[in-house]
Amino acid sequence: MVSRVTDDYLAMVMAGCAAVCEPAFWAGFDRGSAQGFHDYFCQLTDYEPRRAARYQLPHFSWLCINPKEAEDIGLAREVLAMIPAFLARENVLGIGEIGLNKNTRNELIILEEHVRLAAEHDQMILVHTPHLEDKWKGTRLILDVLRSDARIKPGRVIIDHVEEHTLRMVLDAGFWAGITLYPESKCTPARAVDMFETAGPERLWLNCACDWGQSDPLAVPKAAIEMRRRGYNDATIEKLIFENPRRFLSQSSKFKLRETN
Amino acid sequence: MDRRQLLDLYFVDARARLIDIAAFLDRLDRAEPAEDFRVEAFQRALRELDKPGPDRARRVLLALSDSTREPAATASGKSACGASPQPFDPASA
Repeated sequence: MVSRVTDDYLAMVMAGCAAVCEPAFWAGFDRGSAQGFHDYFCQLTDYEPRRAARYQLPHFSWLCINPKEAEDIGLAREVLAMIPAFLARENVLGIGEIGLNKNTRNELIILEEHVRLAAEHDQMILVHTPHLEDKWKGTRLILDVLRSDARIKPGRVIIDHVEEHTLRMVLDAGFWAGITLYPESKCTPARAVDMFETAGPERLWLNCACDWGQSDPLAVPKAAIEMRRRGYNDATIEKLIFENPRRFLSQSSKFKLRETN
Repeated sequence: MDRRQLLDLYFVDARARLIDIAAFLDRLDRAEPAEDFRVEAFQRALRELDKPGPDRARRVLLALSDSTREPAATASGKSACGASPQPFDPASA
């Protein structure tokens, strides 16, 4: 949300959004120093929650150095060393979005170090999988890393941006699977509902890409409309777009929604 | 939903996307020829559409995917281009 305007928060609340979970991600350019990440983590854990609170929207975050900036191992390790100091902040749910981008050796090394950090601090994990032609290979490599650490509980890990060729391998390994909706180039609401129909609702959730590129903070409500068009009742829709993420996120004691009557 | 209901819901949209693909291929044909692995990858993916079976989306995605197992030595830029230079190896799946 750091690259979105406040009108997006208003639109999300009006569409029924109950909370926003924002992972640390690439800013569209490489940050030049660890200090740049320090400031970014402050933004994610201090300023952005206050901005969302003006719209009565609880804001949660995940911290990491994004795989797109993991090629510089020295910088990545400096950033990793800063993360523990932020983990106690009240809106931090875990480590993310870690993962791979171009499936390189350095990205893998930094992924392994993030996983170790999460295990040592008993943190939940949000995983970014590569896009387009790199996704299938990258998802397999990521699963290998996660399964190689016995301390990682698959039920506390969500692997995001799954598509038709990676969904089954993620669910079969016991992890949660996230389907990220985009207005163009990647997964549409119609395909997301297709995946729900073939895989079922267990350990599956939908989320919106909401960054500096073409993306849509209302993509999940639009997927709900897509489900209604196909005849699904409110209870089924509610389970997929609200109850499932709440069940996963409630594994963190910090995750709390506003009380409603 | 039965097939007729799905057609009522999606046929016009799918038709428009199909024509978009046809127009894209025509556009490529009109352009100055240039070797590019993405054209062959696209053609391989298109052939998956015509095969029977329930998992066309998965097969199209695989046809465009990198099926190697070894991590890359370095990153070739930040972005993916959408297709692998090498055909997908079904033995990897």
